[in-house]
Amino acid sequence: MSAPKDNGRIAKRFAALKAEGRAGLVTFITAGDPDLETCRAVLHGLPAAGADLIELGLPFSDPMADGPAIQAASLRALHAGTTARKTLDLVRGFRATDADTPVILMGYYNPIHAYGVDRFLADAIAAGVDGLIVVDLPPEEDEELCIPALKAGVNFIRLATPTTDDKRLPAVLQNTSGFVYYVSIAGITGTASADNAAVGAAVDRLKRHTDLPVAVGFGIKTPEQAADVARVADAAVVGSAIVTRLADGLDAEGKARPGLAEDVLGFVRELAGGVRGARV
Amino acid sequence: MTRPNTYRSGPDERGHFGIYGGRFVAETLMPLILEVEKAYKEAKADPAFEGGIREHLKQYVGRPNPLYYAERLTEKLGGAKIYFKREELNHTGAHKINNCIGQILLARRMGKKRIIAETGAGQHGVATATVCALFDMPCVIYMGETDIARQQPNVFRMKLLGAEVVPVTSGARTLKDAMNEALRDWVTNVSDTYYLIGTAAGPHPYPAMVRDFQSVIGDEVRVQMQELEGRLPDSLVACVGGGSNAIGLFHPFLDDPSVKMVAVEAAGHGIDKGPLAHAASITGGRPGVLHGNRTYLLQDEDGQILEGHSISAGLDYPGVGPEHSWLHDIGRVEYVSATDQETLDAFQLCARTEGIIPALESAHALAEIVKRAPKLPKDHLMVLCLSGRGDKDIFSVAQHLGVKL
Ligand SMILES: Cc1ncc(COP(=O)(O)O)c(C=O)c1O
Repeated sequence: MSAPKDNGRIAKRFAALKAEGRAGLVTFITAGDPDLETCRAVLHGLPAAGADLIELGLPFSDPMADGPAIQAASLRALHAGTTARKTLDLVRGFRATDADTPVILMGYYNPIHAYGVDRFLADAIAAGVDGLIVVDLPPEEDEELCIPALKAGVNFIRLATPTTDDKRLPAVLQNTSGFVYYVSIAGITGTASADNAAVGAAVDRLKRHTDLPVAVGFGIKTPEQAADVARVADAAVVGSAIVTRLADGLDAEGKARPGLAEDVLGFVRELAGGVRGARV
Repeated sequence: MTRPNTYRSGPDERGHFGIYGGRFVAETLMPLILEVEKAYKEAKADPAFEGGIREHLKQYVGRPNPLYYAERLTEKLGGAKIYFKREELNHTGAHKINNCIGQILLARRMGKKRIIAETGAGQHGVATATVCALFDMPCVIYMGETDIARQQPNVFRMKLLGAEVVPVTSGARTLKDAMNEALRDWVTNVSDTYYLIGTAAGPHPYPAMVRDFQSVIGDEVRVQMQELEGRLPDSLVACVGGGSNAIGLFHPFLDDPSVKMVAVEAAGHGIDKGPLAHAASITGGRPGVLHGNRTYLLQDEDGQILEGHSISAGLDYPGVGPEHSWLHDIGRVEYVSATDQETLDAFQLCARTEGIIPALESAHALAEIVKRAPKLPKDHLMVLCLSGRGDKDIFSVAQHLGVKL
């Protein structure tokens, strides 16, 4: 498919990173976790803490591809009353303060299905969303959301995994836009970490099939691991480790303790330090 | 809606029954799903595979089981002539084993080394643990903590059979959460593991494959009814959790227009008591996407999945197989529901009039028969799928009846 008429924020950001000669840091948090206000504080602080792109989790009751950390985050967000609409409101609020940092919504299909695909895409664009990652929509189901999203000008970022062999890769990449997200392990989020050599080889393989930037995620927990990935990929994605840091800042009732947002952002700063220092 | 020439040709190449079904899974699983589809297609074309299934169903499961004329119940209700398809007489006490024999033979063909499964009531877990013992394969069963508490006998059975039972503590800790956890295991162990899904749901090809393995129920009924009455039955009644025993009974008859079909969902405390009070996905839900397929689901306006309720652990799944969603929309099968109380009454009625203690799941179908049979003529031939026996349920029934064991 030809390049979508999206707003270009993702492409611009990766071009800028390339000009700087470094990889990017992609941070994941779940919308509304642990509550909308705390989430907003973290979200708004992410660019200054060094996040180059932001993935915002659209909470779902049944996150089949996620490990315990993001499952718990999803439930906290739902208990706090987060909906798809409120998630889009968060993005809109963020856009008012930051016109450049790409925001990608990541989640599962059913909440979007329930919202209505066309209406969701229109509202997402209006809110300032740049891309979607929908875990349970493989290329076999492209007509559901991928094609409508590309037509509407929203990037559809696909996951490639260790089980996506060379034969299948073209199908996976065909309608992918923005960047490719390489899931470095066969597994759920927040569990095992891949070894460096395997990640490097996998990125090389993807690069033989696509000109899109390649971000690598799943299992990156420390600034050192982020740096390792930043040496071989265009971006490192960190999710569960950030979400876990956030969960550590909750009191016994699950309420945010004072200073939680600052602490999470401090951790993001460390991760950014790792990524930025990787290729010196 | 135009009436199709046949109701039995689905799904299409992409696993769709009308707008339902499909393959909504993570990319990590997708190659594996395609591998299962390919392997199943090849197996179906191989007479040796079919022969292996038939042999095991006969020698190990004890098929064919009887189509039994329930004379006393027929007299008591005073209308339709009632037959029970005695799936509860199968080895392990339910229809679940039919599917497990088929799938484990497929897993072996595929060279898989490890079997995982989800279970609600524990019947599918027991059936899976059974075939894993038979074929000497390691077996991990995911089961919600809530279900573990209410189905202790089956938990112990699975352990006796050598399976590892992993308690699931996410969500409401019932069947849907067990399925999530099984999918997480599968994503993590793609290379050597086969996921043996227990009902006619999940991503393509599972709904069609499980239906095919369960169709032995309806195939036998067709032959047996011909022998007993010299004609087709007039109506078929079965309970629906994910829908495997119902589709197994119905599918061979879908193109016989004279055969009416009724599927019974779990109404729990009552459909009118709100979305959390029942587990009737079709009667009380709307279409969405979960566990690999588009189908009717219990969900809120925001697309979050709701926890169903039923007295029976085998029916409180918030979804239903996609073929049922389609059969509902086109009107070929009628979907009704029975409450916990109606089910308990039917459970006791069956025990006392026929000397058969049914599974609580099957008792939902019995409850519908109690409502329907008296209004029908005496020459109306009605078949009930007695999908399982009720030994596993006596503790929870005793509790509901206020009896201390
Ligand atoms: C005896 C029995 N009947 C019915 C069911 C419901 O499953 P299905 O709708 O797939 O037949 C179960 C599930 O555990 C069961 O154990």
